[in-house]
Amino acid sequence: MQPLLDIQGVRKQFGKTLALEDARLTIQRGEVHALIGQNGAGKSTLIKVLTGVHQRDGGDITFNDQPCLFSRPAQAQEAGIATIYQELNLVGLRSVTENIVMGREPRRLGGFIDWKRAHQQASDILAGLGVDIDVRRPLEEYSTAIQQLVAIARAVSRDAMLVIMDEPTSSLDESEVLQLFEAIRRLQQRGTAVLYVSHFLDELFEICDHVTIMRNGAWVADHAISDTRKAVLVADMLGKDVNDIETHGATDFGGALEPVGELLFEARDIATRRHLRCASLQVHRGEIVGLAGLLGSGRTEVARAVFGMDALSDGQMSLEGGSYRPVNASAAIHQGIALLAEDRKREGIVADLSVRENLTLSILPSLCKGVQIDHEAERKLVEHYIEALQIKVSDMDQPIRELSGGNQQKVLLARWLATEPQLLILDEPTRGVDIGARQEIQRIIQDYRAQGGAVLLISSEFDELIEGAHRVVVMHEGRSIDTLNNPGLTESTLVAALSGGQPPTSDDGRGMQKASVRPSTSRETQA
Amino acid sequence: MTTLVRRHIADHGQSTGVMIGVLLLILLGTLRYDNFASLYNLSSFLNYNAMFVLITMGMCLVIMTGGIDLSVGTVAALSSVTAAGFSAHGLEVALPVGVLTGLAAGALNAFMIVIMRIPPFIATLATLLAAKGTALVISDARTVPVDWASNFTQLGMNNVAGWLPWSMLLTVVVGIALWLLVEHRPLGRVMLAAGDNEDTANLMGLSSGWARTWAYVICGGCAGLAGVFLASGFGAGQPLEGLGWELTAIASVVVGGTLLTGGRGSIPASVAGALMLGLIFNLLNFENGLGTFNLSAYWQMVIRGAFLFIVILLQVKITRPLAGD
Repeated sequence: MQPLLDIQGVRKQFGKTLALEDARLTIQRGEVHALIGQNGAGKSTLIKVLTGVHQRDGGDITFNDQPCLFSRPAQAQEAGIATIYQELNLVGLRSVTENIVMGREPRRLGGFIDWKRAHQQASDILAGLGVDIDVRRPLEEYSTAIQQLVAIARAVSRDAMLVIMDEPTSSLDESEVLQLFEAIRRLQQRGTAVLYVSHFLDELFEICDHVTIMRNGAWVADHAISDTRKAVLVADMLGKDVNDIETHGATDFGGALEPVGELLFEARDIATRRHLRCASLQVHRGEIVGLAGLLGSGRTEVARAVFGMDALSDGQMSLEGGSYRPVNASAAIHQGIALLAEDRKREGIVADLSVRENLTLSILPSLCKGVQIDHEAERKLVEHYIEALQIKVSDMDQPIRELSGGNQQKVLLARWLATEPQLLILDEPTRGVDIGARQEIQRIIQDYRAQGGAVLLISSEFDELIEGAHRVVVMHEGRSIDTLNNPGLTESTLVAALSGGQPPTSDDGRGMQKASVRPSTSRETQA
Repeated sequence: MTTLVRRHIADHGQSTGVMIGVLLLILLGTLRYDNFASLYNLSSFLNYNAMFVLITMGMCLVIMTGGIDLSVGTVAALSSVTAAGFSAHGLEVALPVGVLTGLAAGALNAFMIVIMRIPPFIATLATLLAAKGTALVISDARTVPVDWASNFTQLGMNNVAGWLPWSMLLTVVVGIALWLLVEHRPLGRVMLAAGDNEDTANLMGLSSGWARTWAYVICGGCAGLAGVFLASGFGAGQPLEGLGWELTAIASVVVGGTLLTGGRGSIPASVAGALMLGLIFNLLNFENGLGTFNLSAYWQMVIRGAFLFIVILLQVKITRPLAGD
């Protein structure tokens, strides 16, 4: 039988960046097919090409025995492809019914909507997915999990042959995940195929039949899930040898370094509603603690919890020996915590403001004399940081958007350093930054540490962790599963620990190597 | 039990609240002032407020889609001028001319906002000025007398059954049509979806641009019809009228519980909001008539402002705690 979907050699270019080079994907009717790959591997781009959000530059796509070229999402939906995006594409203020039937409302004579039948249809479809809720209520009153099931119900109501789910479990708790899997199995029984994109490898073994791995915008491998192991998937995703990952050496070069200063911060068994299940870590003064993990392992969630953005549902944190429970980011900042967020463009810079204004944004109150900003002091401070961090600007009043990524990042670092934090949390501080600036940023972090600052460094760059961190806490599926000490940290220990299969003990040490979990040419287009 | 009541209030509270408010004000007026419940006051109240109810309904559609239309007042003024200009040909010509004037202005707004992607605030501000300018140019900045010999003034001056003004009757018909549109036609539901989240509506395969276009065109049409009422009821096209009407309309919509950010809205509640603001004005006039104290028109404005503030405060108080559950 012909496969339901066959994608061969698809290419997609954004400007000069090649986002997809040789993407392939074959899905049989009624199967649950996983698509995995590191961030930047091209999964999202491939989905967008398939669903008509982007147009491909080459290659063939056959769906349901028809060659297809969708120029709008509506066309793909028409053809029987429904997509459930990570940010759910539903309207929260409208009723559940409307979110399911909108665009295909049952009508009465004269074109008026037949609400009675509409509500009936909506609850029938949901019942078929094992969901029993009041469909007349506004969608926003329900949990993310229910909203997701409503999105699936919408797909079912369109008689979709293929339902694409992009990271469906990333914001669900364990029981909600089970409910989702139940719905997926019911979809499968109806003969609907599911393309399941996820970073959580363990899930794939529960729900998927087949898995396709992508790396650097290209197809890497295809496995029946029953014929493969997690280590193989990780090796394929990272482009490493599977033996390297499974057999980590046992030479011990050095033990744990004595912590540089006294204990500053400690988290014990912390958990939040956001996919953080149980994490523990300690940071001492003058120490850089790395936080490693695959995407979705809960690294960023740890940062959010420490920075007061997510409330703890369990566990405790302490700072300088006292109990630490920030109610929001502002409280965290007041206690000397700073977070350099991962998404520079969205959460960091104010593009149209000058370098000076961006740099002093967080400390303006302390720069005020009476009600006015003390511009003299402000300029002095900005000058100091521009020189200390070697930020390349024509002058401090240049708009920050004109700066390169690396220099923007330095300005943001300076912004946080100016608040004189005790603990600096860095989420992928060198992502999207060129090599030269990357080294300078790493030097700035080292200087800060040398002056007694404590750093929590989240990074996907292996060499950054291996060279920079005193210790690396390994996250896996929302839990801290291991702590690796440096020196003695190598790429293969890290990789082995990341896959979460058989974590090596913390005393295992190996020779120094350099590598990166992510492709060296990062593709920002995917994010 | 309390949560059930609270939930009911959150769902329908705004509209029921406004309607109860309207009834209370009517009760107050009837008890306090002798002539309040007279047929004369009833019909003149309905006649005068037909215009405001109309533009409020149009504004409600636009705000539902997440937009705003500042041009309704001056578009109504322009339509009053064009309708008055054609009044000699009778109502059957002058009325369509006035409405078409409004529809054209609405189409212009829609073109700028949906096709050229100019923010609604700016686009309709431009139309506000353009409509005012055009009205002044074609009327030579003077009121345009209507032809009293034709049937044109019947619309704005005569009553059905002795108390229901033709203008209000027509407004009710338009209101029912718009209510059906919003509640029972897909187009109206898409307007609401687009107002909630336009990107999402598009990803759902709905044509939100089309829905928003219709909202502005209908809103323009309502303003046009209001202009016809204005010319017909006052016996002249009024090029200088209409400034500030847009604010009254927005206030009425807000009092009716429609979210200014879009995505939620109700025609009946907006109508009740418009009637409520009108009633307060009416009651203050009666209060002046009693002679106990004399409020100037300016003080009346202050009181209306204070009233609006209280309504919005209550709105926030009632709906916010529920959002926390």
